Amino acid sequence: MKTRGASFFLQLAFTLIVCAFLIVPVLLSMLAGLTENYLVGIGSGLTLKWVANVWDNYRDTMFLSLGLAVACLACTLVIGVPAAYVLAKRQNMFTRAVEELLVMPVAVPGLATALALIVTYGALRGFRTSWTFILVGHVLFTLPFMVRSVLAVMSAIDLKTLEEGAASLGAGFRQRFFHIVLPNCRSGIVAGSLMVLTLSVGEFNMTWLLHTPLNKTLPVGLADAYASLRLEIGSAYTLVFFIMIVPLLLAMQAIATPRKPRPVRREDETP
Amino acid sequence: MRRDTSLLFLLMLPAAAFFTAFFLLPVVHLALVGASGKDGAAAYSAIVTDANYLRALIATLGISAATTFLTLVISGFAGVFLQRNVFPGRSALVAMLTLPLAFPGVVVGFMVIILAGRQGLIGTISQALTGEKVVFAYSMAGLLMGYVYFSIPRTILTVMATAEKLDPKLEEAARSLGASTLRVVLDVILPGLKPAFISAGAICFATAMGAFGTAFTLATRIDVLPMVIYTEFTLQANIAVAAALSLVLGLVTWAALAVARTAAGSTVAAAG
Repeated sequence: MKTRGASFFLQLAFTLIVCAFLIVPVLLSMLAGLTENYLVGIGSGLTLKWVANVWDNYRDTMFLSLGLAVACLACTLVIGVPAAYVLAKRQNMFTRAVEELLVMPVAVPGLATALALIVTYGALRGFRTSWTFILVGHVLFTLPFMVRSVLAVMSAIDLKTLEEGAASLGAGFRQRFFHIVLPNCRSGIVAGSLMVLTLSVGEFNMTWLLHTPLNKTLPVGLADAYASLRLEIGSAYTLVFFIMIVPLLLAMQAIATPRKPRPVRREDETP
Repeated sequence: MRRDTSLLFLLMLPAAAFFTAFFLLPVVHLALVGASGKDGAAAYSAIVTDANYLRALIATLGISAATTFLTLVISGFAGVFLQRNVFPGRSALVAMLTLPLAFPGVVVGFMVIILAGRQGLIGTISQALTGEKVVFAYSMAGLLMGYVYFSIPRTILTVMATAEKLDPKLEEAARSLGASTLRVVLDVILPGLKPAFISAGAICFATAMGAFGTAFTLATRIDVLPMVIYTEFTLQANIAVAAALSLVLGLVTWAALAVARTAAGSTVAAAG
């Protein structure tokens, strides 16, 4: 091991500053949510009253967000995993175009997608005012992440040989799909699922236009609180959001190591 | 074989139906609505003919370009450093740097307020040091800070993944041939990281173009395109203009991503 020079410590210092930039506000806001009076400082005492206030006024948004995330996960699993399977089995112009199209709701700003949904389906009052209207937006936005995550694993394993082996032993399609294909791409499904849950819980760009006063998700409630309430309540609310989302993020990091770069598109496309 | 194909078709059907009904049709509809206002299809050119919209477009492009540049410089340094060096606490640093990966724009906006807002850390420190309170959260500078905050985690991950694949032998060869550190960085490391910079940069740019939550949290006075669209839609009920502007915005971001991917793809092919 060579001794570390000045350049190492300069770079370390830089990296630490970047890290502080990202983490210090997170810690400060958590602290603010538990402080009696943030302006006075921690000396004013610690309290849970702001958290209790948020729980009383905004608990519906938390349950709606959790419910939406789970429903969104179910939808992306049911329609996304079979789609990924088709894209892995057939690699031609058509499936590449499909892959490209599926990613569009991520590339196009959520605001535009939400407006498109509103001008098209806004007149269906029952649908417009129900939580399923938000669900549609979330599924559009998260579906590509599920498809890509599963597809990456399916392309990495030798799906063809596995399936042929099973078929030669007499397994029908149903058996092959549920007993061979799905267990083998479990890691992709888990990674995709965590991604879908995290993105759905945090989605704001689309949800802000799709929501109705009776259907507020957590980020929508956050925007409300930031705009109109004192800093301590906004902080306490953010604290609740962190408690919901940080376990998901940590789980994602845990399964991502040892981290293999997830291919954005398959390498075999280049001639 | 025939049975196989129809089976695959059936498996694709739910995704295809959902996507057609809730994305393709609505977007086509949006394009028609955009042309249905009192100015007709001219609504689409309003983004360059109307001074206000043009100013918002330029501001949005400018802040997106600045975000991309700053994020790439910061994440490039930190990412290569973290990939190259093993030291105690390294994995904790990586975990902290990627933690804000999925914070929504509203929360990022709040983080900016905590740092640079009226009761913010920077203001408190600057007041203690100089007696003057520095508050810039509610302006373009605050927005830029938020977008950089938002973009660092995902860019660092891409840079690290690419730096992992760089061949140390190339650097050794360059050094043994007498290249200075600066030359090694410029001629070996940066070209090796180019694909990561292009793809991560395109994502930074596209996210900054379409981001809405951060600007919304910071102030309604910040005139970036997403805020203008939102105002046209909700306050002015000017649906045709909002539709046209959001389609143009969507096209610009989508094109930025597509161009970057083609560029990154050809680099990969040339290298292979």
